[in-house]
Amino acid sequence: MPDQPSSSSTPLSQLPKALTGIEGLDEITEGGLPLGRPTLVCGSAGCGKTLLGIEFLVRGILDYDEPGVLMAFEETAAELAANVASLGFDLPQLQADKKLRLDHVHIDRSEIDETGEYDLEGLFIRLGYAIDSIGAKRVVLDTIESLFSGFSNEALLRSEIRRLFRWLKDKGVTTVITAERGEGTLTRQGLEEYVSDCVILLDNRVIDQVTTRRLRIVKYRGSTHGTNEYPYIITEDGISVLPVTSLKLEHKVSDEVISTGVADLDAMFRRGGLYQGSSTLITGTAGTAKTTLGAAFALAACQRGERTMLFAFEESPAQLLRNMATVGLDLVPFVDSGLLRIEASRPTLNGLERHLVTIHRLIGQFKPHTVIIDPISNLISVGSISEVQSMLTRLVDFLKVQGINALFTALISGGRGQQEIAQEGISSLVDTWIHVRDLEGVGERNRGISILKARGMGHSNQVREFVVTEQGIRLLDVLVGPGGIITGASRLTQHIQEQAQQIAAGQEAERRDRELERKRRVLEATIANLRTEFETVEEELRLVNSAEQQRQQTLTEDRRQLGQNFSARPPDSANGSGA
Amino acid sequence: MDEETWELRLYVAGQTTKSMLALANLKSYCERHLKGRYQLEVIDLLVNPQLAEGDQILAIPTLVRKVPSPIRKIIGDLSNQERVLVGLDIRAIGHS
Repeated sequence: MPDQPSSSSTPLSQLPKALTGIEGLDEITEGGLPLGRPTLVCGSAGCGKTLLGIEFLVRGILDYDEPGVLMAFEETAAELAANVASLGFDLPQLQADKKLRLDHVHIDRSEIDETGEYDLEGLFIRLGYAIDSIGAKRVVLDTIESLFSGFSNEALLRSEIRRLFRWLKDKGVTTVITAERGEGTLTRQGLEEYVSDCVILLDNRVIDQVTTRRLRIVKYRGSTHGTNEYPYIITEDGISVLPVTSLKLEHKVSDEVISTGVADLDAMFRRGGLYQGSSTLITGTAGTAKTTLGAAFALAACQRGERTMLFAFEESPAQLLRNMATVGLDLVPFVDSGLLRIEASRPTLNGLERHLVTIHRLIGQFKPHTVIIDPISNLISVGSISEVQSMLTRLVDFLKVQGINALFTALISGGRGQQEIAQEGISSLVDTWIHVRDLEGVGERNRGISILKARGMGHSNQVREFVVTEQGIRLLDVLVGPGGIITGASRLTQHIQEQAQQIAAGQEAERRDRELERKRRVLEATIANLRTEFETVEEELRLVNSAEQQRQQTLTEDRRQLGQNFSARPPDSANGSGA
Repeated sequence: MDEETWELRLYVAGQTTKSMLALANLKSYCERHLKGRYQLEVIDLLVNPQLAEGDQILAIPTLVRKVPSPIRKIIGDLSNQERVLVGLDIRAIGHS
């Protein structure tokens, strides 16, 4: 065979594998089906065995340029082509391009008589011819067990089937063999005995009226593989397996911080917001503005220019937009500009897996930077707790790995609420857990918000009261009363009391001012009095002084005149002698 | 009786014992019961593998009665004469 791998000479190298191209399956099988060997796909009716086979071929042709042969024992080529046309697989075109060969094996026991010995060489020749005519690398036998209805010699059939698988291996084609599931065994005819390289089990069960499909790799010789049951669904694009729990915790982290959309809430985080690419859970009882918080987050993301996707499981987009507009969160322009996409659907519309796949696909298409799911708890109504848990794990993991800022809201019932959510396991997955709740006091309800956890970031431990106003969400300042933090009417009472106190204090201050003024005036008056008194004294003194002076002057004058009378004497001596 | 010519095809894969045996058996039956009224075509699928699909051949050897219709198939080495005759719906002539 031209593509026969030479790796058999190097035993340490990994088992060569052929990628199936089927979403998720290659991840579980860690690289695809064993190359050049047969793989058994078994499952009950309606599991999508045939589809898996066809998709394996079609993807092989389209994605890996490996032509394929489909040998169909149950349906004709035309039927098969019609069945998968809705998935966008154009089998007639592929056949025309010599990439695909469909061989319908018709077995009708009523037409066939058996006499004497025979073998199934005709089947080998047909298959060999089909493979060689297009150089096929992939073969699907769907469903080979039909042979058992056509031939009575079971011992011979078994040995021939064993020979067929051997022969296919020797031919080096990667083969998928589908088989119906049997009672207590993987296949009705015990084919798993012959195909020992890889066995995939498909399962289709109905739990609570919801169909869930599961895929499990029972066996993969020479290779490690995911061992769990993985849900898969059949979408418009074919089979999609969700292997998300197989992911390792290797996602990149960012040191950037983004806003929650509520400035006051940001302030409760030490770094002023949430880490970029982290996931946040908002839990709360009914009517605690979870959706509004979610919308605020969406708005903030849009304002940062990020593509944002909002999955609404409760409200229609129009209703959501209207309601949010009333609280000042105008999302309409962003919806119009295509930055924000709102996907609304009823949770009961689909099974859980389908929801998950839908979310995956829409995220894959839209490539948002921020995703809001409102509320995640509504999904719980469509599955059992363990299913929901595994699904949510997958979802959170998926978003984290993509580095998408995720915000989930979850409705919880009062009392045991936190326990419930913890049971669903999501609380341990998210990085930040914000809890909003009713603070029921004397005859009223108020909303309180608190941060239960924030990985890698300090945060406030307070329960902050918040109000939804026409301008959005506003957190109120913390008021500590005698009995702890107070809210609502108590807050108002406190406020009024404080106002009264303030007024009283103001009045007191005024009174003191007036008193001071009075004192000042009194003192000033006293000062004025004293000054007047002083002036009086001063004046008196001055009067006395001037009188004295006058007296002196008069005296001097008198003496001078006396001196003139006695002119014989010199004036000086006259003065001196007078003393 | 049947006036039309019987068209028989025997599919074989190479000169295997089973194929040779089937061919020998078939020839003897036809000579005894359909003398002059049959055409026998032996197709070796090793030579013409593309012919296997048309008649839905899986087992080797396979005898196909094309005419008269409906198509009948008998697989095996045709060693049981009675079953072959019943299968092909040939009235046994001179069969005691």
